[in-house]
Amino acid sequence: MKATRLTLLAALTSAVLAGCASGVKLDDKQAPVENRSTGTGSSNSGANNAGTSQSQVASVDLTKNAVAPASSVIYFDYDSYVVKDEFRPTVEAQAKNLSANKSKKIAIEGHTDERGGREYNLALGQKRAEAVVKSLELLGVPQTQVEAVSFGKERPAVQGSDEAAWAKNRRAEFNTK
Amino acid sequence: MLNRRHFSAASGLALCGTALSTTVTPAFAQFRVEIAGVGATQVPIAIAKFRDEDKTTQALSAIIRADLERAGVFRGIDNSVSIDETAQPVMAEWRGRSADALVAGSVTRLSDGRFDVRFKLWDIVKGQELGGQSNAVQPADLRLAAHRIADYVYEKLTGDKGVFSTRIAYVTRTGTRYALRIADADGEGGQVALNSPEPIISPAWAPNGQELAYVSFEKQKAIVYVQSVATGERRMIANFRGSNSAPAWSPDSQSLALTLSRDGISQLYLMGRNGGEPKRITTSQAIDTEPVFTPDGRTLYFVSDRGGGPQVYRTALGGGAVERVTFSGSYNISPSLSPDGRNLAYISRQGNAFRLYLMDLTNPGATPLALSDTNDDESPSFAPNGRLIIYASRAQGRDVLMTTTLDGKIKAKLVSTAADVREPMWGPYGR
Repeated sequence: MKATRLTLLAALTSAVLAGCASGVKLDDKQAPVENRSTGTGSSNSGANNAGTSQSQVASVDLTKNAVAPASSVIYFDYDSYVVKDEFRPTVEAQAKNLSANKSKKIAIEGHTDERGGREYNLALGQKRAEAVVKSLELLGVPQTQVEAVSFGKERPAVQGSDEAAWAKNRRAEFNTK
Repeated sequence: MLNRRHFSAASGLALCGTALSTTVTPAFAQFRVEIAGVGATQVPIAIAKFRDEDKTTQALSAIIRADLERAGVFRGIDNSVSIDETAQPVMAEWRGRSADALVAGSVTRLSDGRFDVRFKLWDIVKGQELGGQSNAVQPADLRLAAHRIADYVYEKLTGDKGVFSTRIAYVTRTGTRYALRIADADGEGGQVALNSPEPIISPAWAPNGQELAYVSFEKQKAIVYVQSVATGERRMIANFRGSNSAPAWSPDSQSLALTLSRDGISQLYLMGRNGGEPKRITTSQAIDTEPVFTPDGRTLYFVSDRGGGPQVYRTALGGGAVERVTFSGSYNISPSLSPDGRNLAYISRQGNAFRLYLMDLTNPGATPLALSDTNDDESPSFAPNGRLIIYASRAQGRDVLMTTTLDGKIKAKLVSTAADVREPMWGPYGR
């Protein structure tokens, strides 16, 4: 009885998936944007409804706002909140960026690996974030531009219970507020 | 009342008899309850199916049986005798079935849609009726009616207050969604108090049972909220610079101790129940967190790594020395105090395992007792009668909630089949 139900479910699932697959026309160059044409078109290229050609490409200029550099994560050793030398360039780049943009605010988010209690890890993650903030302050960034926060072990970047995963989760992230 | 020596002996005697394992699957179960373990002396009790319970949505007799078995001092006797509270049971017959006590009852639908739930309790050993009750309840309160009967039976036969009508709060995670839930102490009837795309941790029942404090990451940082259980109204209590967490209510429900990093490092502060200016309690250069009030409200137990690794400490709130409490092992966290202040449950790291331990505070020289043999225990919380502890653990790759007796011998697994569960806290008496 159970086996029949499972088979039926499997059959239904493949039927649904097959149905989905047949809806996509492979030679369309661009998805239609007509549902954005009414109302308060607030942003993006898609909101320009009148005479949008099918070849238009909207351009987003990253250089204008000096958005944070690519390496916006630094990693920590087990049970440590010391900012290692190899990450100094990352910290310096962030500091430079913040000095050039006095109105920009960022949050430094500290994280831990999954081992241990939630509240204690929240505090450890906070220590990591505070250590990074201290490094930024030493480079002249004022307190008003940075806040140290923590996610403890609640937001792992990588799932897994081995050293490789744990190493990727012991980190501090620079996030624009 | 049955011989009370049965119950005080339970913690001391060696294992005897065969292992007891019961799986109870009540109707419409969200949790499955699995009870395992051997108690030294478990009173055999027969709970007859209530007349017409099959005509309702709740298997009352099964709920009562599971409650009593989970408490560790009762063993349900299987029986299929048709009997209700109007019966005159023949004691010799029930002695013949090896029952020391008997519960029988009925459920009758009233014309206004409510159910009249009646029961009687007999002491088979003494050959006398101990009492009974009748209660008219809304259909939605049938489970509660069963729990109240279990409380009555437990109190009559052990002299201790039952906790079966109390509630637990806990957090579930399904994919990337988190929910703070409130359920009966057996894990059933869970209702969502808060749904969130971001983590929720550290739920804390106010002692009056009317509010829950918790930590929510909905604004991309740890912030403490207090929410009314009945109305869902919530207020932000602490959103200072950095992380705000680990809320703990004072016994009079008027203030909270919590962990704030506003001064650059995680320290303990006291705040009024409506927020306001915090008063700093600890002044170390280390992490101080996870505060817990003693029942008289005068001392805080907490976790600190001022000595290197995290250990449990305590300090009198009026000022005074900070005293270390845990000395076994290099990593001890998540303290929970029994309601009489005599026992401390906590999590200790042993090698790579995080395990639930119990320390007798009245006997400081004694070795703490490991209450489990699992490796990922978290977040212990005492029941309000001090006889059970709920905690989170991991089994077969899933987070689960467990209850255990204080000797570690009787355990019940409350397994959610739909989501990972964690961060349990046992609520107070009264609803």
